[in-house]
Amino acid sequence: MDKKAFKDTALGGLLNNPVFVLVLGICPTIAKSTNIVDAFGLGAATAVVLICSNVLISSLRKVIPDQVRLPAYIIIIAALTTLIRLFLRRFVPVLDESLGAFIPLIAVNCIILGRAEAFASKNKVGYAALDGLSMGLGFLAAICLLGGLRQLLGLAGLSVFVTPAGGFILLGLLLGLFNFLLRLYRNAQKKRAQSHSKEVR
Amino acid sequence: MAIFAAILGIVVASVLTSNIVFSQSVGICPLLGVSKKMDSAVGMGLAVTFVNTLASVVCFLLYKLLIVWDLEYLDILTFILVIAALVQALDIVLKKFSPTLYSALGVYLPLITTNCAIFLTVNMMVSEGYVAMGTGLGLLYTAFYAFAVGIGFLLALVLMAGVRGRDEIALIPKPFRGFPIALIAAGLIALAFSGFLGI
Repeated sequence: MDKKAFKDTALGGLLNNPVFVLVLGICPTIAKSTNIVDAFGLGAATAVVLICSNVLISSLRKVIPDQVRLPAYIIIIAALTTLIRLFLRRFVPVLDESLGAFIPLIAVNCIILGRAEAFASKNKVGYAALDGLSMGLGFLAAICLLGGLRQLLGLAGLSVFVTPAGGFILLGLLLGLFNFLLRLYRNAQKKRAQSHSKEVR
Repeated sequence: MAIFAAILGIVVASVLTSNIVFSQSVGICPLLGVSKKMDSAVGMGLAVTFVNTLASVVCFLLYKLLIVWDLEYLDILTFILVIAALVQALDIVLKKFSPTLYSALGVYLPLITTNCAIFLTVNMMVSEGYVAMGTGLGLLYTAFYAFAVGIGFLLALVLMAGVRGRDEIALIPKPFRGFPIALIAAGLIALAFSGFLGI
């Protein structure tokens, strides 16, 4: 692996955060972030499915014919979701109960199909695994941030933030904040590049 | 009469009090993606209602079969395949037999395959206990439930399209343009919808 591609892929979860930048997988992010335990559980389960699906799809990328690739990806992701649901039901039944219908919904999470189509189907297994890890952690961080904030605000007496309406509004505010920070970072990087090229001259 | 009252309850609950978008926060991608124009909002809403009703009825019957064969754990795979196949089939049938309907809904059909709203409805049909009822009554409830969820989704898209026309005129700070302000607007509508919980 060369250094730049490695760095780009590893930082993908932050600079191309699936929730805050790509705006994917918003439904489970709002629905299951009313407390930090549910948020962490769903985030971790989604991340595991994402890593496994990226690895599987990347290793099968030369076998799957191009015309039927989307149905093939959907079946792989649905099978992995079934496995994780059976695993949770057996070992963490509390989480299975509180997440309910949102575990099957991992199968239609846009992040997973999006990464399969945009990344795993074009890159080597190692990179695909790294991308899955980075994007999975990015999603986990985002849903935990929202979950923690909503639970804290709820405990502080602002129970409106625990309702779906509060989830929408808080996520909108966080999205705006993230956009603002990303803009600052990009501007700083541009300035540094400019001053660097002046020095070289 | 009891059946009629139960169906009315299901419909009111799915459209208003537990609206799929505003109180279950599912189906947000199309809410943000296709709500810029009223025409496309209505088209997408109708397409989802149609596929939702059809998919739920088919999935209901198939799930009954899965129970007979003791294969309930294959439900995710079955449901997703049914929805994908149904969307494909509908695409072909509409193109052949009803070009007018196809020109209205056709663009939205491929987007529906992995629509969380439909997938959640199909899963809820199991967890709400409609499958546990007898085939006839369960099927009736499932069909009305799925139809009402679709209507609730249509209502949400239309409301959102009405709001989103305005945010292009308003002066919004740059980082908040686009998705963030749309989410905040959706949150405010959802706040209004939580008033229905009093019913």
